[in-house]
Amino acid sequence: MKFTWFHLMPYRFLPEDFKDKYRSVWVDIPRNLYDPKVGHRLYNDYLDQLEFADRMGYDGLGVNEHHQNAYGMMPSPNIMAATLARRTRNANLVVLGNSIALYNPPVRVAEEFAMLDVISGGRLVAGFPVGTSMDTNFCYGEVPATLREKYYEAHDLIIKSWTEEEMFAWNGKYTKLRYVNLWPRPIQKPHPPIWIPGGGSVETYDFCADHDYQYSFLSYFGYIAGQKVADGYWEVMAKKGKEDNPYAMGFAQCVAVSETDEQAEKDYAPHMDYFYNRCLHVYNGFADAPGYRTVKTIKAGLLGQVGKDAALRREGLTWGDLVEQGYVIAGSPKTVRERLREALKSLRCGHLMLLMQLGSMPPELVRKSTDLFAREVMPYLRDLWTGYEDRWSPKRLPESEIAVPAPVQFELEIKTNGHARKGAESASEARGAAK
Amino acid sequence: MKTVQSVANGRFSVEMEVVGSGEPLLFLHGAGGLTGIDPFLEELGRDFKVYAPHLPGYGESTGGEHIDDILDAVLFYHQLMDELKIDSAHWVGHSMGGMLAAEAAAVDNSRVKKLVLVSAAGFWLDENPIPDFFAAQLDELAPMLFHDPNSPIAKAFTAIPDDFKALEMMYVERVKRLAMASKFLWPIPDRGLKKRAYRIQAPTLLLWGESDRLVPPVYAGEFKRHIRNSREQLLKAAGHMPMYEQQEAFCSAVRGFLKG
Repeated sequence: MKFTWFHLMPYRFLPEDFKDKYRSVWVDIPRNLYDPKVGHRLYNDYLDQLEFADRMGYDGLGVNEHHQNAYGMMPSPNIMAATLARRTRNANLVVLGNSIALYNPPVRVAEEFAMLDVISGGRLVAGFPVGTSMDTNFCYGEVPATLREKYYEAHDLIIKSWTEEEMFAWNGKYTKLRYVNLWPRPIQKPHPPIWIPGGGSVETYDFCADHDYQYSFLSYFGYIAGQKVADGYWEVMAKKGKEDNPYAMGFAQCVAVSETDEQAEKDYAPHMDYFYNRCLHVYNGFADAPGYRTVKTIKAGLLGQVGKDAALRREGLTWGDLVEQGYVIAGSPKTVRERLREALKSLRCGHLMLLMQLGSMPPELVRKSTDLFAREVMPYLRDLWTGYEDRWSPKRLPESEIAVPAPVQFELEIKTNGHARKGAESASEARGAAK
Repeated sequence: MKTVQSVANGRFSVEMEVVGSGEPLLFLHGAGGLTGIDPFLEELGRDFKVYAPHLPGYGESTGGEHIDDILDAVLFYHQLMDELKIDSAHWVGHSMGGMLAAEAAAVDNSRVKKLVLVSAAGFWLDENPIPDFFAAQLDELAPMLFHDPNSPIAKAFTAIPDDFKALEMMYVERVKRLAMASKFLWPIPDRGLKKRAYRIQAPTLLLWGESDRLVPPVYAGEFKRHIRNSREQLLKAAGHMPMYEQQEAFCSAVRGFLKG
């Protein structure tokens, strides 16, 4: 069983009345709600959290791409992965991913992923999402009806640019290039493992099954609601005669660990509320541009992650409901161990994406939950799926060939000269100072 | 009368309303499509032979995968005319249909006798941005489309069906239609008509509802600036859907212009 510590990087300080006053956290959220000084602290806090997860033995560090979005402040996850490549040693860099239809030309993604793979010594997982409708259609202006076709073409071009030995010309419908000649090229051969993050489009099942890619269901609704999607995926895999290897399935789950179940509620309930009621407050008109989802998916009755339906399903849910219905797996280490084992078995999931910084959760709580999980939950779940080969994790260079970054000079200077780091120590303080 | 016609050796199958007799009149619907209850077609049919094809993606028409851009759409209409053996016709285009009719005229003037552009898309003015029709919810549509959002016709247009099956069908239909429309209109309804409109020679009527809030009448002025032989006419108490909201005034304006 493998564990990826996944960050969304939300803005933690949206106003109390956000939901009543503004129609959407995404696309047209007012710019004046963002304070770059607070953003400075948040990015640094969040990167600290990912680096801590690396030290605590998580298998992967997850980042993803969103645009004009207050719950996901990573328009470019590659920038985050680049800094993590230098500041971490062990964990895989799970970039889930780059919305490849948005890059012109898409070889840009092949190049940047190759750079990350080379800098990190072969620790990269390459994620290729179609991207949400908010990101691709509304923020980046892609025509909904042709987005998927453009995505598939971008995929074919990127794979060819990684695997073809000779320079080639590409005469696509969306991209035309006379000279495709990737330089640098990834360390991992034939290319980094590919994970496809999905939100429940039926086409993605087929795409993963046909290419032997890992399917990662990024849900905010938890494992009980996610079962339908997992079943759909495994059904397609079976129909196509593919191995039912649990490592071919990734699943994102909100997880929060505390000393006891009661303490978990005290610690995390307000931050979950922030997550569901502010972070996921998306205007219904942006949830699903016409043509973004295919008629096939709509008819399959798969509900979207955001928008009116999603909000209605969450309306009025208490902490007890959220836990009960599996939105969040929270409680003492024992409770979390038991619930997670049940969840992972029923989903047949070998790669768990842990959402552990939730909504407005401050650094000290994130650290506690991350620490408790690593010491008191993870080791007890490692035995799951031991009989299966994980063909979807990176194959890095041997330890002897891995370059070691020089120590960070300014940290040494601060220590020797004895002066403490100037400025706010936390994002909350930075926010106070900015007022 | 509803017909279904195979076009370009089955590349397209086109559902089409064919009404009346007289000189041929090609009606190009807007992004919302025909509604199935379109009495203005009958009314125009008294003086013209009206052909109202459903663009692929609309109604039962198929072949949308062969239409990606303006030129594909223009050639689709020209091919349809070829197969209907119509050399030249009056073109009446509403909204997105107006955009396509103007583009078709710019490509080949010989296919167009007279041109009527109704609340037409195709231009973008920074100082008068067109609202995001694609992101609009049902309850936001009526004020966008109608002079009187509380009129029975406006209510009928934006009614939410009670039963689930009908709602799902309406949703799927909307997706099919707007997916095609997005090829010309997303995210900004300007595909370069401003470079080509100078070619249009046909006498052109720019017919607008005076309270069109989707494509405001200032856009009629923009068309006038680009099309040499054109004139504006505003319809009172009409929004973006004048043929439904003010059918009589609409038909009489069209008839008057085409017969005049």
